[in-house]
Amino acid sequence: MASTDARQSKVQSVPSSAGVGGPTRARINAKTLRTDRWWLTPLATFLVFFAFIVYATFRAFYGHDYYSAPYLSPFYSPCLGDCVGGASDFGRPFQAFPLSAALIVLIFPLGFRLTCYYYRKAYYRAFWLSPPACAVAEPHQKYSGETRFPLILQNVHRYFWYAAVVVGVVLTYDVVLAFRNEQDEWGHMGLGTLLMLVNVVLIWLYTLSCHSCRHAVGGRLRHFSKHPVRYKMWTFVSKLNTRHAQFAWYSLFSVALVDLYIYLLAANVFDDPRFF
Amino acid sequence: MGYDLKMRVWRGDQSGGELGDYTVEVSEGEVVLDALHRVQATQAGDLAIRWNCKAGKCGSCSAEINGKPRLLCMTRLSDFEESETITVTPMRTFPVIRDLVTDVSYNYEKAKELPYFEPPPRDSDGKRRMAQIDVERGQEFRKCIECFLCQNTCHVVRDHEDNKPAFAGPRFFLRYAELDMHPLDTHDRRELAQGAAGLGMCNITKCCTEVCPEGIKITDNAIIPMKERVADKKFDPLVWLGSKIGIRNKDNDGRTEV
Repeated sequence: MASTDARQSKVQSVPSSAGVGGPTRARINAKTLRTDRWWLTPLATFLVFFAFIVYATFRAFYGHDYYSAPYLSPFYSPCLGDCVGGASDFGRPFQAFPLSAALIVLIFPLGFRLTCYYYRKAYYRAFWLSPPACAVAEPHQKYSGETRFPLILQNVHRYFWYAAVVVGVVLTYDVVLAFRNEQDEWGHMGLGTLLMLVNVVLIWLYTLSCHSCRHAVGGRLRHFSKHPVRYKMWTFVSKLNTRHAQFAWYSLFSVALVDLYIYLLAANVFDDPRFF
Repeated sequence: MGYDLKMRVWRGDQSGGELGDYTVEVSEGEVVLDALHRVQATQAGDLAIRWNCKAGKCGSCSAEINGKPRLLCMTRLSDFEESETITVTPMRTFPVIRDLVTDVSYNYEKAKELPYFEPPPRDSDGKRRMAQIDVERGQEFRKCIECFLCQNTCHVVRDHEDNKPAFAGPRFFLRYAELDMHPLDTHDRRELAQGAAGLGMCNITKCCTEVCPEGIKITDNAIIPMKERVADKKFDPLVWLGSKIGIRNKDNDGRTEV
């Protein structure tokens, strides 16, 4: 057995790939000794995200069945391309755009989620296995984190948050419009209205619990005492922020569900149950 | 009510080692460190363990139990089935010295690289003043016991030895954040945090938070706020423009970059 002389012998060149199998570390062949089902969360995350990506890609490129009066799919809102009648509440400035109108606006919510601090954790683990779980060795030889292109672009998250606030306002407006019937008369409500309402609440909870939001409203300050209102706002956002991951999941499901519901309505698979 | 616990404990040094099998009698209410001490007392007198307070406050007995980075003294045997074999290894990110003892001097080297707190001149009455709510924010970070479990579990250095020179690790991002949020500190460490300390290497996969025995929200309350502060300084053209035309808040005035 060696003694504490190991301290002196630790300085030596190591291969760049050396991780838990490196020459100075305890010689243990297993990449992890965890006995719990550590693979379950990244696997479930991968499957759900992958399913969402497939569905969202199909719907974004599909270009049809996104409006069933008075409901507009959140994937196509605001509808700025060559949209069907009634779907364009903000005009059609990109009418000449040859592809699906969803592709014009979807980059903003997509970019917001792609650069989100929670989603980053989730997909770095589930898709890139970096690491797959805590204290489970990752398969990559080299690692530079978010210091280089393209991952250094994750720092634009706050700009996508600004856009997400605008998208949130537009989706809220869509919910207001959903309190009409097919003849544009106000004071009506159907199951679609309820689903859109739940969705927009979850979207707002997700958007307002964002880490960049927390920073912008007050987190960037060094003296809360000089900014009592911003301190209160920061405290509120901080409470929401602890549940950011939950809101990320709930709103992901709700936005897909609302789109699916409107898709099925528009495709005449069933009629919208009207409450009043 | 005692029972016989099966343990596998890593024995060895940098020249090699293996998991040794031990069966030891344990009692209700004991922790893993108690079981190891009994192994040491009855079967393996030369078993090396670093420990001190047995109360989760000194941060000495960090190790990996069934592959999870944990404190030996804070891991209850009642968390496991009586029939379960408990495997204990040293932290796998740091050079092993012997058995469960590792050389954690990497962390002390990183601590030396971090510029210290620099207060402003005293007020005319010889005092310095801070408001209570400004002080409270950093209190969570002061709970750190420097067990280095977060440093150990961070894949940036755990899986990539070559990153050690360029990466300070979560424990020190905590310190960067604490000082950056400090109402009196006059150093601006944002460039340093991103550059020399390697904040950009962190991909916020939150393992540091998961293993922290003090429950400090390292990622949400320190690393991400610090990343946002760095983005203010380095990556946000609107903040830059605001500072040029004088519409930024004056909260960072009086700080000098280090």
